[in-house]
Amino acid sequence: MSDRRMSQEEDCASLLSKLGSDSPRPRMKYGGMFCNVEGAFENKTLNFESFSPQSQRRGNTRNRTEVTGGPGPGPGPGPGPGPGPGGPSGQTMVFPSSFNKKQGDRLIIKGGKIVNDDQSFYADVYIEDGIIKQIGENLVVPAGVRTVDAYGQLVIPGGVDSNTSLQAPQRGLSPADDFYQGTRAALAGGTTTIIDHVLPEPGTSLLVAFEQWRDAADQRACCDYSLHVDITRWHEGLYEELESLVKDKGVNSFLFFMSYKDKYQSSDSQLYEAFSVLRDLGALAQVHAENGDIIDEEQKKLLFLGITGPEGHVLSHPEEVETEAVYRAITIAKQANCPLYVTKVMSKPAADVIAKARKKGMVVYGEPITASLATDGSHYWSKDWAQAAAYVMSPPINPDPSTPQYLTSLLACGDLQVTGSAQASFSTAQKAVGKDDFTQIPEGTNGIEERLSVVWDRAVSTGKMDENEFVAVTSTNAAKLFNIYPRKGRIAVGSDADIVIWNPKETKTVSAKTHNLTVEVNILEGMEFRGVASVVVSGGRVVLEDGKLNVTEGSGRFIPRKAFSDTVYKRIRARSKMAEAHGVPRGNYDGPVHDVISMTKSVPPTPTTRGPTCPKTITGPRNLHQSGFTLAGAQIDDHIPRRSAQKIVAPPGGRSNITSLS
Amino acid sequence: MSGYQGKKNIPRITSDRLLIKGAKIVNDDQSFCADIYMEDGVIKQIGENLIVPGGVKTIDAHGRMLMPGGIDVHTRFQMPDRGMTSADDFYQGTKAALAGGTTMIMDHVVPEPGVSLISAFEQWREWADSKSCCDYSLHVDITEWHRGIQEEMEMLVKDHGVNSFLVYLVYKDIFQLTDSQVYEVFSVIRDLGAIAQVHAENGDIVAEEQRRILEQGITGPEGHVLSRPEEVEAEAVNRSVTVANQTNCPLYVTKVMSKSAADVIAQARKKGTVVYGEPITASLGTDGSHYWSKNWAKAAAYVTSPPLSPDPTTPDYLNSLLSCGDLQVTGSAHCPFNTAQRAVGKDDFSLIPEGVNGTEERMSIIWDKCVVTGKMDENQFVAVTSTNAAKIYNMYPRKGRIAVGSDADLVLWDPEVTKIISAKSHNSTVEYNIFEGTEVRGGPLVVISQGKIVLEEGNLHATEGSGRYIARKPFPDYVYKRIKARSRLAELRGVPRGLYDGPVCEVSVTPKTMTPASSAKTSPAKQVNQPVRNLHQSGFSLSGAQIDDNIPRRNTQRIVAPPGGRANITSLG
Repeated sequence: MSDRRMSQEEDCASLLSKLGSDSPRPRMKYGGMFCNVEGAFENKTLNFESFSPQSQRRGNTRNRTEVTGGPGPGPGPGPGPGPGPGGPSGQTMVFPSSFNKKQGDRLIIKGGKIVNDDQSFYADVYIEDGIIKQIGENLVVPAGVRTVDAYGQLVIPGGVDSNTSLQAPQRGLSPADDFYQGTRAALAGGTTTIIDHVLPEPGTSLLVAFEQWRDAADQRACCDYSLHVDITRWHEGLYEELESLVKDKGVNSFLFFMSYKDKYQSSDSQLYEAFSVLRDLGALAQVHAENGDIIDEEQKKLLFLGITGPEGHVLSHPEEVETEAVYRAITIAKQANCPLYVTKVMSKPAADVIAKARKKGMVVYGEPITASLATDGSHYWSKDWAQAAAYVMSPPINPDPSTPQYLTSLLACGDLQVTGSAQASFSTAQKAVGKDDFTQIPEGTNGIEERLSVVWDRAVSTGKMDENEFVAVTSTNAAKLFNIYPRKGRIAVGSDADIVIWNPKETKTVSAKTHNLTVEVNILEGMEFRGVASVVVSGGRVVLEDGKLNVTEGSGRFIPRKAFSDTVYKRIRARSKMAEAHGVPRGNYDGPVHDVISMTKSVPPTPTTRGPTCPKTITGPRNLHQSGFTLAGAQIDDHIPRRSAQKIVAPPGGRSNITSLS
Repeated sequence: MSGYQGKKNIPRITSDRLLIKGAKIVNDDQSFCADIYMEDGVIKQIGENLIVPGGVKTIDAHGRMLMPGGIDVHTRFQMPDRGMTSADDFYQGTKAALAGGTTMIMDHVVPEPGVSLISAFEQWREWADSKSCCDYSLHVDITEWHRGIQEEMEMLVKDHGVNSFLVYLVYKDIFQLTDSQVYEVFSVIRDLGAIAQVHAENGDIVAEEQRRILEQGITGPEGHVLSRPEEVEAEAVNRSVTVANQTNCPLYVTKVMSKSAADVIAQARKKGTVVYGEPITASLGTDGSHYWSKNWAKAAAYVTSPPLSPDPTTPDYLNSLLSCGDLQVTGSAHCPFNTAQRAVGKDDFSLIPEGVNGTEERMSIIWDKCVVTGKMDENQFVAVTSTNAAKIYNMYPRKGRIAVGSDADLVLWDPEVTKIISAKSHNSTVEYNIFEGTEVRGGPLVVISQGKIVLEEGNLHATEGSGRYIARKPFPDYVYKRIKARSRLAELRGVPRGLYDGPVCEVSVTPKTMTPASSAKTSPAKQVNQPVRNLHQSGFSLSGAQIDDNIPRRNTQRIVAPPGGRANITSLG
């Protein structure tokens, strides 16, 4: 990782040194950094080697690919989320023949309408080595380049799925779909980057778990991935591991559980401490927001009542419990001045709380998922146990049938920002572990494959959002929040070639028979969605075409993410500066002080079955006489450091004479 | 002393007879002009041209308003705190209450953790019986939670006339309960038919903030309000509403101090939750700007929890919500400490004993802020100062109403009188009055407690120890009618399904049982290892009768479906 950073620093340096010196003309032709290559519309040839930052960088990466890269079809590492490629060298490039080695990695997408989150325009896209090299019309490209036809379709940045659990085991059971099947399904649906959750067992090292996940994903993942790390037990000793994850490992988001009592749940104090640490590290705090204490009690109650089926799951996780936890998480984040990201927004009131907090100026983001946008929780009452169990996840899918529509509207108006899938599928045999006790059912649903189609069908087809907003909520916003923008989440020169050709007219019916996962039940079974990915390009390679998937196991690269994401932290920084509290300068209080006898009070740790609070730090009355305070001028015994009691000076009950010290 | 006193013929004591003529009687539902005759501390007749015995003392009201005496739902007289006792004891406190037109107070019993609720209750009874000048009742605070407490609560409800318990969401490591405990307490309270009260602040956040602010070197009273921002109050209110909803328990939020907390209550009510909010004299009458006073002693006098909101629009907002019914009851949370006591925290604001005055000023402040400004009428005024409290705590119509048979706790109210509140003239013993210099319109002219005149022409004739304990029965109608209906509705039913007869995955008790991590952690959960339940203990057979059915347990069960393949699920609908 360090060499990558080195090269980026070089890039920056050379970029800055050239700034303003070699721009032949103003660049603002198409409005900003990441737009079409300037001059792309003029058919011309320029000497390629003379563009310093770009060419230097290309040289770097190229060299490295050749050293490290082997037979693997994966393209070399991209230029990293470094300086914008629209920089000083905004020119159409034609490559000298010496670079014409990897034929298979070159691709031109012709005739499509390019859709970014800010604008749409018609242009061709030329891709080489997994990077978008040119955008424009009449591009000059080497001969023998493969052409993909996108006429009449949309060319959008590949989806970023901000929440998957393809590896995390539950009760010793590994998910039915691992990194290979999961990312394969993701690609089939138009998602080209996933961010998976590392779930360390409480008490084990975060770094070890992280490496475990990286190993598994490096071997199996078919698309680029990044990792969130879940904090299953907070203690101060974690600080070093967190720092190492943030600074060396490229992790900038950590999830906390407010649920799963006695297992993963963090107390409010822990959240406060952790959020303060994350703010200092520049990471984004995520929460699984449900009140674990209440759920635990409700589960006991329901089992006691003899309700053991999957309907007990939703009955024990009412939406108020989700809403309450979201509210609390926001309060704590506000106090700690830490940005907050609420995973899995499943209910209307929870979404409302987020929307309201944003209106009050809180830095908080909400992530509805495929399931909450597409379906409701009525299936928990299905007579078919296997069907009902397939829907079990936390927070549960809301039984209110108007929920999907409502969440879609909030997503469209910007109150919610990011969509994930919370993919974590378990086979029916695995779910059946909880056939006599709903609390034992492994939690998680599918959704990784259907996400883009669901959002298109529910939001764009219905006119709630346009295609640009669609790109924002499925890809760009996540890339910005998690600081992989503009490498991901945008079609621009220098960005990774993760591109989806989207056919908004085609429809597809979801079924467990045809989906790319191994689970037997698809929670969206039988639903028809307009909008389908017709071609998917991941890392510069076509992985889906004509309905055929052509993925390579292990081709996915880990995408490191830097701390202090601009989208999130600019505001946080400004607030940190503002938020300093000031005391009131006063003279010393010199009136009488009541005698405090520290008796009766120092509570002996009562022999009770206290819940899991923190260990009792006895906050007995502090000995005030330790402070350098003299009662009335210098006294004989001033040098004696402590007095255990001090008689009261004022007569009891009488008015004492208070000096006003202003 | 329990129960409702009917119109019985008790031997007459002449001095106890009183006739008020020409009064405008104000109840929470209507006002009307009538004479009123009382005897033995009970109202005997209301009407015109009453026939009364001769030689009765008569007061001519000249058309002034006669209202039910105020009920202060929240006082903490004589409360022990860190080895000190709050400055006003039951005598001084109730005297001040009577001077302000309040004829009944409800005090909080605060048992030290580890002390039995019953013995703490008895202790408070003893104090109050010997000193109180007006009728009183007691709430009991739950400062810790275990099974024994539940039995004591039951005894208090059944034998001692207590129907309200307060839990703390704050004072970490001292009084604070966890959400699980609050859930259990609320369930118990609902079953007993009592009212759950909360002191709503997030103690975890407050503790962290206190530490942070002390680290920054802020030690004065402004640190108190900085460490308890109003979000922390609103959050805790929201959480307790959620728990109350889940347990179907009526909730009563004490000390509503901020706009956002009041909003949470108002919204919860709109959603149908049975929740009541109690703003106090301080939050209705002043704001928290004084925490920044240069005079330490003055700043410290305002220290209470939740703190007074520094937002100067708060009092007006809370008065509006009180007028429109979103908030229902008013208390005073009267618990002042004198300056020498406060000075215990002169170098550390977290040690300043908490509590402000307000029992004397409550009625006048509300009259001035709400009735004079036209936000509410005199009937609503009676509701929020007296009747609502009597209904919620099941003392209605003995208290909170002027009716034949009700206790003769009355106030003859003069809406014209103005008064400037000052520590020089108040009846409390503390040196600072947080309303110092506030001019209020409206005040009591005559106060009658148990049929005796205790305030007349500005002279107070309170008798120490004359106050009676008012026992309260559980299941107040006003609160529990709705709760009962919901309990009936809320019965949950499972889905009748056949047995699942598909394959079941093998759960091996993995190498997962984590070793308690060897690190200096500050925390939680004494790791209760969620045991994987052995499902084969249930009377479930995999597919019909099998040979080994009689063997009760099998440790593992091989998976029947081929791994990765589609299992064949039988639909059992």
